[in-house]
Amino acid sequence: MKISTLKIRTPEGIVFSQQLAGPVTRFLACFIDQLCIQVVLNVTGLVISLLTVISFNFAVAFYAIGYFAVNIGYGILLEWGWRGQTIGKRLLRLRVMDAEGMRLQFNQIVVRNLLRCVDSLPLFYFVGGVTSLLNARCQRLGDIAANTIVVRIPQEAEPDLDQLLAGKFNSLRQFPHLAARLRQNITPAEADIALQALMRREEFDPVARVGLFAGLAEHFRAKVDFPAEATEGLADEQYLRNVVDVVYRTRAGEKVAAAAA
Amino acid sequence: MIIDLQKFIQQERAVWAELETLLNRLEADPDQPLSLERLQRFHLLYERTAADLARITTYSSEPETRRFLENLVARAYGEIHETRENQRRFYPLKWFFQTWPRTFRRHVRAFYLSLAFTLAGCAFGGLAIAFDPDAKPALMPFSHLLGDPAKRVAEEESATGDRLHGRKTSFAAELMTHNTKVSIFTLALGMTWGVGTIIMLFYNGVILGAVAVDYIHAGETKFLLGWLMPHGVIEIPAILIAGQAGLLLAFALIGHGQRSSLRSRLRGISGDIMTLIFGVGLMLIWAGFIESFLSQYHEPVIPYNAKIAFGAVELILLFLFLAKSGAKKPGDS
Repeated sequence: MKISTLKIRTPEGIVFSQQLAGPVTRFLACFIDQLCIQVVLNVTGLVISLLTVISFNFAVAFYAIGYFAVNIGYGILLEWGWRGQTIGKRLLRLRVMDAEGMRLQFNQIVVRNLLRCVDSLPLFYFVGGVTSLLNARCQRLGDIAANTIVVRIPQEAEPDLDQLLAGKFNSLRQFPHLAARLRQNITPAEADIALQALMRREEFDPVARVGLFAGLAEHFRAKVDFPAEATEGLADEQYLRNVVDVVYRTRAGEKVAAAAA
Repeated sequence: MIIDLQKFIQQERAVWAELETLLNRLEADPDQPLSLERLQRFHLLYERTAADLARITTYSSEPETRRFLENLVARAYGEIHETRENQRRFYPLKWFFQTWPRTFRRHVRAFYLSLAFTLAGCAFGGLAIAFDPDAKPALMPFSHLLGDPAKRVAEEESATGDRLHGRKTSFAAELMTHNTKVSIFTLALGMTWGVGTIIMLFYNGVILGAVAVDYIHAGETKFLLGWLMPHGVIEIPAILIAGQAGLLLAFALIGHGQRSSLRSRLRGISGDIMTLIFGVGLMLIWAGFIESFLSQYHEPVIPYNAKIAFGAVELILLFLFLAKSGAKKPGDS
């Protein structure tokens, strides 16, 4: 069965997941890498052409070896130096890692890169692409042999709730017992949907945004019935913002945040 | 229950930042020694961050913080639980005189199998040419081998000029890169459960056997030995070792008689495959130079006996190197 995330359980019982990169993203990264290889080869060719002044024989020999070394060595050197990344993978936020979460070893990088010659058969990585489509971990043959996977790198940023929620009067907080009930009634998944909707609000089409926030507000209004003075004149989006503020930030949390600031 | 995310982040941010800094340092310089206190601190930070991840996974579904922590825990997990030898430090002489020959010997049965498939190909190619000389164009892809051996020998021996003049180095480079590509391909085809590797070895054997019988049949055995031995005694074993690596990969895939999982079998041999193929690369660099600078010159420029003797010395040295170099003496741990 195809999976999009790989879950690894540590001996301490903690489970962490890695988002697997799909064949299309990987193909794009590979395409970028091929362009980079071509650029390097062109530059190498230009530099080596200067050698023809000294000896045409040496220039041809250097180009033959350089062509081979760049093609084989590009992936190996960059993935080793950049901990599992090439230029294409960096641009698309991908990384090669050990399939069991261990430190990526040099021999794994060498094996996965040498096996490209089979993965790229007969043209445009057809064998590798089909294998990664069929493989549960999106591995091409080289990845299977080297015991590696390619994962997406998440944006390593902590959520900035202050930017989203601070500085606004929250009418729902005037009714602490109802706010407490709201916190109790909402599941983490529901809270996450509300938070994500607010964080991505600028990405939505205006009409869809109005419809989405109306639906969400209706859902959360049904959770706890706040008095009319708390909700009067509140737009759906502001209502949702107040709900998220109540759910994610307790009074104690505000005090800690204020003290830290 | 949903945790107070803001408070949680405020409280734990310092721990995460410290772990991240430590990880960045370790990843930038894996060889740096860590004192016991720093190791204990590193472990503590890892466990605390892992516990934070467990908390946020259970009590909050805020994805960004969870992914951030997952990433941190994943990096720290790899550093803490990795038990394989750190490969950052590379000692070329130790690798050449110990690691490579030892690896070859450890998997010598795969080499024998590789040799057997090649010899089977030789027998097939030789018999095919012996019984049906007209099969030459079908068996040999190289046009310069299709002609009459006696005619070629006469041409080579009567040549006055150096036909490789001014292009010996480039010819050597072409040979090295071409043969290395073939070797890598032979290794990589091990992923076809060894079928592709066996076909490559057999086909190489067919060409070799066909050429050998063709020249022997034409009474040009001495020329054949003088032509092939100087580079062939290194080049042919190199291809056989590439086949050995490919078969090793195939054995790991098939896993016959092994209780370990596919992943642990592959994990166990990837280092050996790399060692073998790097060794093959070195052998082919040598063979490329010899083929370009020595093998292509025949009598009267270089006596055949000298070329054959050179090839024989190379073969003996290669045999001794692969059989004896880095051998552990009794009492060695």
